[in-house]
Amino acid sequence: MITTGADGIKEVRPPLSDADVEALKAGDRVRITGVMYTARDAAHGRLLPLIEAGKPLPIELKGQIIYYTGPSPARPGDVVGSIGPTTAGRMDKYAPQLLALGLKATLGKGARSEPVREALKKHKAVYFGAIGGAGAVLSRFVKKLEVVAYEDLGTEAIRRLEVEGFPAIVVNDCHGGDLYQDGMKQFARE
Amino acid sequence: MREIHVSSVTDAVKKLCMEANYALEPDMLRAFDRALGTERSAAGKQVLQILKDNAQLARTKLIPYCQDTGFVVCFVELGQDVHVTGGGLYDAINEGVRQGYTEGYLRASIVRSPFDRVNTGDNTPAVIHADVVPGAQLKIQIMAKGGGCENRSKYKMLTPAEGLDGVKAWILECVKTAGPDACPPLVVGAGVGGTFEQAARLSKKALFREVGSPNPDPAVNALEQDVLERANRLGIGPQGYGGDTTAFAIHILTYPCHITSLPVAVTIECHAHRHKEVTL
Repeated sequence: MITTGADGIKEVRPPLSDADVEALKAGDRVRITGVMYTARDAAHGRLLPLIEAGKPLPIELKGQIIYYTGPSPARPGDVVGSIGPTTAGRMDKYAPQLLALGLKATLGKGARSEPVREALKKHKAVYFGAIGGAGAVLSRFVKKLEVVAYEDLGTEAIRRLEVEGFPAIVVNDCHGGDLYQDGMKQFARE
Repeated sequence: MREIHVSSVTDAVKKLCMEANYALEPDMLRAFDRALGTERSAAGKQVLQILKDNAQLARTKLIPYCQDTGFVVCFVELGQDVHVTGGGLYDAINEGVRQGYTEGYLRASIVRSPFDRVNTGDNTPAVIHADVVPGAQLKIQIMAKGGGCENRSKYKMLTPAEGLDGVKAWILECVKTAGPDACPPLVVGAGVGGTFEQAARLSKKALFREVGSPNPDPAVNALEQDVLERANRLGIGPQGYGGDTTAFAIHILTYPCHITSLPVAVTIECHAHRHKEVTL
């Protein structure tokens, strides 16, 4: 579900529908509240063979958000350590297949490949950016954390997060909009 | 001969690893403030402000500034009149990394082999570069080097005919291709000259200079300033959201080179530029 807050920032609450995703435009600031799953290189490496074999996955993808991150360990009493985004481009190899299964959003930092941007259009999905390197600040928005698969991968395990007002920005929307390209064009002085 | 016991090396490295990850150095905090004064992009300014807040929160709560707490790259200057006692110097450094990362709630990001990719669990080993120098001191510099930006580091062997303009163009190309992926604003280290491996090593070593300080060589300083100004005209901006602050600094170290060669290695470093040093 998506609503607009009094300050103009869009409130994003998964699960997301096609209509939700269509309402998001590159450059929109958002706050995410609800469930997100973490997965990065090693976890994606395990999900892909399952998808290719048509086997069940350890997490439900339909309408969900995957956050590309590997958090640092929590101090006693804390929910999580530092938890900022990792470079999304490394997951470009896997993203189109996950989007085809109904994943509605990914959250990371850095540019996506052409095939991923095309898959966002085709499957009505969105790519959010979080501020890379702001892992301490972002940890404050995580209210609950639970490892749900591949615990042996340590920081790369799949975790279920419950977040409240997690700040992000729409980098690539399902209409072909691209914040990085627009931003660079606006400020380039060549 | 001055004796230094390995336990003091381990203790020092442990402390450096923790402090580097919690407390961004003052040179970086000053760089944020300078950029906040010049950045035209509202989104860019907001990113810079959040990064300042992030640095403050990390320092006070002892949470890592970034969840990628880095690959420890360690430069050692070992005085030739120092005798390290009680064990191996490299073992002592790695023990410091192990203790710092496990006791400091820092992330284990190193896999034991590039092929089987099993995490070592304690962020060891470090990458260690050692120089033997005159004197009776032991200087240890560490950098917690993030992986996302390291992945954008590059090397090119130019021809002498490509010269200064070729060097500038290549460094700019590296900044451009790093783009939003490497967490700009960047600090760029370039090693120019020497051989293939020497240039790469210098590109890392160059990052230890205080950000915002001039290069002691006026000609190289002019080169750095020119490339920095052009990098900040690319428009990439903080986090790639568009803006004027794509890089905080370009640091260059040079070395004599062969008559056939003009090697240029570029290490891309993100705004989480975590560097600390100590002299024992």
